[in-house]
Amino acid sequence: MNRRFAPFAMAALASLFATFVMAQNLKPADKPASAKQSNIPRTADGKPDLSGVYSNAQSIPIQRPANLGAKEFYTPEEVAANAARERRAAEVGVHYDTSQFGLGAGQSKTSATLRTSVIVGPEGRVPALTAEAQKIQQQRRAVNAEHQWDSAESRPLAERCITWGFEGPPMMPVGYNSNLQIVQGAGYVAVIQEMIHDTRVIPTDGRAITDNVPQWMGESTGHWDGDTLVVETKNFTTRTAIQQAPTSDALKVTERFSRIDANTVLYQFTVDDPKTWVKPWSGEYTMTKIDSPLYEYACHEGNLGLANNLSGARAQERRAAEAKK
Amino acid sequence: MVGLAQNTPPYKAPRTADGKPDISGIWQAMNEANWNLEAHAAGPAVVNANGAMFAVPPGIGVVEGGEIPYLPEARKKQQENFANRLKLDPENKCYLGGVPRMTYMPYPFQIVQNPKTILIAYEYAGGVRSVNMGKPTEPPADSWMGWSNGKWEGDTLVIDVTGLNDQTWFDRAGNFHSDALHVVERYTPRSADTMMYEATIEDSKTFSRPWKISMPLYRHVEKGARLMDFKCVEFSEEFMYGHLRRGADQSKTK
Repeated sequence: MNRRFAPFAMAALASLFATFVMAQNLKPADKPASAKQSNIPRTADGKPDLSGVYSNAQSIPIQRPANLGAKEFYTPEEVAANAARERRAAEVGVHYDTSQFGLGAGQSKTSATLRTSVIVGPEGRVPALTAEAQKIQQQRRAVNAEHQWDSAESRPLAERCITWGFEGPPMMPVGYNSNLQIVQGAGYVAVIQEMIHDTRVIPTDGRAITDNVPQWMGESTGHWDGDTLVVETKNFTTRTAIQQAPTSDALKVTERFSRIDANTVLYQFTVDDPKTWVKPWSGEYTMTKIDSPLYEYACHEGNLGLANNLSGARAQERRAAEAKK
Repeated sequence: MVGLAQNTPPYKAPRTADGKPDISGIWQAMNEANWNLEAHAAGPAVVNANGAMFAVPPGIGVVEGGEIPYLPEARKKQQENFANRLKLDPENKCYLGGVPRMTYMPYPFQIVQNPKTILIAYEYAGGVRSVNMGKPTEPPADSWMGWSNGKWEGDTLVIDVTGLNDQTWFDRAGNFHSDALHVVERYTPRSADTMMYEATIEDSKTFSRPWKISMPLYRHVEKGARLMDFKCVEFSEEFMYGHLRRGADQSKTK
């Protein structure tokens, strides 16, 4: 075993025990308790205090592996076996040392769950695209196929440091830079993603969405439903994608934030865009409090990759032109 | 602009649940500091110099004592920066503006406040600062927006900002600093919809002594006021990467 990984493996073992304890709680929390929780911090106005720095890293994929069929939950024994298998895989031979970038298994806190996928329900997968959405997706791919190296604006939004597409809503756990901070103040809850410091300042007075100028992360409005913060977001640009699907101006995302214990927020979401998917779909996961602040992810400011990719493409063109001479 | 703070009438701000002044809301400066912190006459635009749309508006200046106390060599560098501002001003590249510049750029910012954290979210470039109101912590590394530790002194929020890199400017006139920059900001409510902003700037590699800027900030009171997208990356791309466009003249490099 790589000695560098030893402490992390220990941490993984420790978190495995936590898994059992929490997982017992999690399965019935499929629907968050409507009764008032007693073991959670609250603000002066009696609302649950969602504030904190969290990781939404998951041990499960967003879509359920096809071989699991309709199996929505693992047993605790299966979770333990999966974790052990992943640990063994991490110990094998020489490999890219992800730990120096904080990406090693065990370096980010992973939420405990019995779920087999983030997307819930018997299918556990994103539903089929509508014919219209398939057409748009094909058109975009066709344009890209010939022009993906033309200029900055023909590169993907993530490479341009505009948006990675999973900062939300819905906030998708993708296992890279999974940290986010919630700052709750009177009348507003702000959600700051470390990724490109993308921030949503969400009013919690239930005000109507104006629907006037489309925004990258949409326009959010929130209200409290008992102990759960419900956030509705519409008015998205049509320039982003969710799970590789081009979303439309009809996209509506509903999120539910429930602080289920001192260290955990249950995050549930429903994505509804009848122009894109044949039916709405929902997912849920828990995010876990971490003891670290967010750091500055100054993406564009340090973006050497984009310039290098374009100058590389130009160099290839020059070489090809010279070869023809 | 001297003495504005001293003229401030006694004012007691509304309180948050924990008894601190409530400075949450959407705020914006209303001055010409982003064009030049020092007093300046109106001037032509750096581009499109024959038109008035992007001309520089005149300003009485926000530096106490009038002039920034540069070391002689540093003043020369500021003048070079000014001459090359189109190419060198990080604002033109949509880079995070740093502290204190983000406060008086011509875009609103929003404060969300709780006892442990004061969040300042800026419309420009989606910049954000999380001000730690607990036990002060050390910056883990230099960054564009720095590392902010805050505390209340009476009705004034005092933020100590360290860990700032040397990549940001103070304005479009080439006023600059080194990585030795240390900024102490003071936010003091002065009426329901205004607060005073002061920043003391210390950088012994660039200035002969600490110096101070001050200005009022104004609350956005219009119905529906909110931060909107100003993800300016895409507006900077032709400037930054246009020479790498397919078919572009490769001899022109930025």
